[in-house]
Amino acid sequence: MAFLFNDFASWKKYCAEHDLKLHETVLDYEQEQKGRIPDEIWAGLQKAYGVMKEAVETGLNEDMSSRSGMINNGAKKVFQHQQVVLSKEFQNLISRALAAKEVNSCMGRIVAAPTAGASGILPGVLYTLQEIHGLDDQKILEGLLIGAGIALIIEQKASLAGAVGGCQAETGSAAAMASGAIVYCLGGDVDQIFNAVAITIQCMLGLVCDPVAGLVEVPCVVRNASAAAIANSSAQMALANLSGVIPVDECVDAMGEVGQSMEARYKETALGGLATTPTGQKISKSVLIQDIEMLSDEDQE
Amino acid sequence: MAEKSSVFDMIGPVMIGPSSSHTAGVVRIARAAIRVLGGKPEKSVITFYNSFARTYEGHGSDKAIIAGLMDFKTDDPRIKEALEIAEKEKMDYTFKSVGNASVYHPNTIKLILEKEGRRVEVIGESKGGGVINIAEFDGFNANFSANLHTLILKADDVRGSIAYIANILSHDDCNIATMSVSRKGKNAQACLVIEMDSGLKDVTLAYIRSLKWVKEVIYIPDIDL
Repeated sequence: MAFLFNDFASWKKYCAEHDLKLHETVLDYEQEQKGRIPDEIWAGLQKAYGVMKEAVETGLNEDMSSRSGMINNGAKKVFQHQQVVLSKEFQNLISRALAAKEVNSCMGRIVAAPTAGASGILPGVLYTLQEIHGLDDQKILEGLLIGAGIALIIEQKASLAGAVGGCQAETGSAAAMASGAIVYCLGGDVDQIFNAVAITIQCMLGLVCDPVAGLVEVPCVVRNASAAAIANSSAQMALANLSGVIPVDECVDAMGEVGQSMEARYKETALGGLATTPTGQKISKSVLIQDIEMLSDEDQE
Repeated sequence: MAEKSSVFDMIGPVMIGPSSSHTAGVVRIARAAIRVLGGKPEKSVITFYNSFARTYEGHGSDKAIIAGLMDFKTDDPRIKEALEIAEKEKMDYTFKSVGNASVYHPNTIKLILEKEGRRVEVIGESKGGGVINIAEFDGFNANFSANLHTLILKADDVRGSIAYIANILSHDDCNIATMSVSRKGKNAQACLVIEMDSGLKDVTLAYIRSLKWVKEVIYIPDIDL
């Protein structure tokens, strides 16, 4: 029987006992649980990575303005800006994560990874990683499999949905997946990969889901960029053998606990945080449809 | 135990943004509804309820529902231009918003579709992650997900009809996943909705259609194909 992704400690143990690599256990899981053959799985991953890269290109080359006006070609502006904060690579990373996420906000085609609200993080991170290190696609696809394994565990122990666990569940999980994938692609071992996940979760813990006007735009788009940066900073620490001190499973439990205790207004309801600021409410009023019919009590019978 | 998630739930689905419940789910409700109608509608009245009532434009659900009525799939990039395409095709549609229908799920859409004198009323719910429930069909409780192969029968309320139909399906080697029966009154017309793991042969459908007490047969294979 394949490993069922209940927690990180048993994932490591299972790999050691069966002499398997992390990504091979994910491949086995998908074969056993979903009846897919490896060729089909690799083709699906290749397609997903293709759509991710396409979303980055689309976001950087086509008009990305949303109906609400809140998204207006931000990725392009960052990509082309003359003034560089750290390096051109960092600028590329930020603009690519923004680009793929803007495509999502503007009704383009994306890969929900793990969700649509977090769909810019893996594209921005993996596109940039592959470019800088000259990695072949196969390595990236193996990294995606490890990312999927990470998400499967978070889904079971905590949540991947903003409506259940807040933004940490969406962008936090995506950043954890990306961070684990980076460390794997750069030759890190299992402990280093899991440390990257632990550190990333620690950095993303507690983020609330407070979308202005209920749209997947503000602050979702900029948080995809910051989450991409955190995935990289965590990977840099983990590769140097820094541990998160708190083991990765306990970090995920903490994420679940924080998500559970979060008030409903911070879970995608647009009833708190940025959504209820004076400006947030003003935007909400202009975006939402005001001319709606209200039924009388008799009509509800 | 709940079914395990797939790798492609974590890295996927490939979809049109911004959100699975406001785009993918809405497209799927429309794709199910046109299959109930039996083709693309000539005239459509679309009512967005509750949470959808205020947000359907901001989330692009208006484009998604029209795209679905034109039979676009959930990952079709043309969804973004659905309203322009519909205008070129001279589609006749009207949007309505109702804010407080307490009897309905938060994300509910009612479709009244007409084509060649046939008129159907479908109520669909978008439950998140692209998952839908077709709650009602022409005033009958339907409650099907359109994930599997669906058979809808309107029939006279006669004794033994359910066992008879189940028997026919089993002869086509077809496993029934869910079944719901509702009727408007005793001895009035009944509606049978059956979700099946595999598809039906044409000859099976033709036989069911030939039964005297069966008034209408709608067969909906997997709507995502």
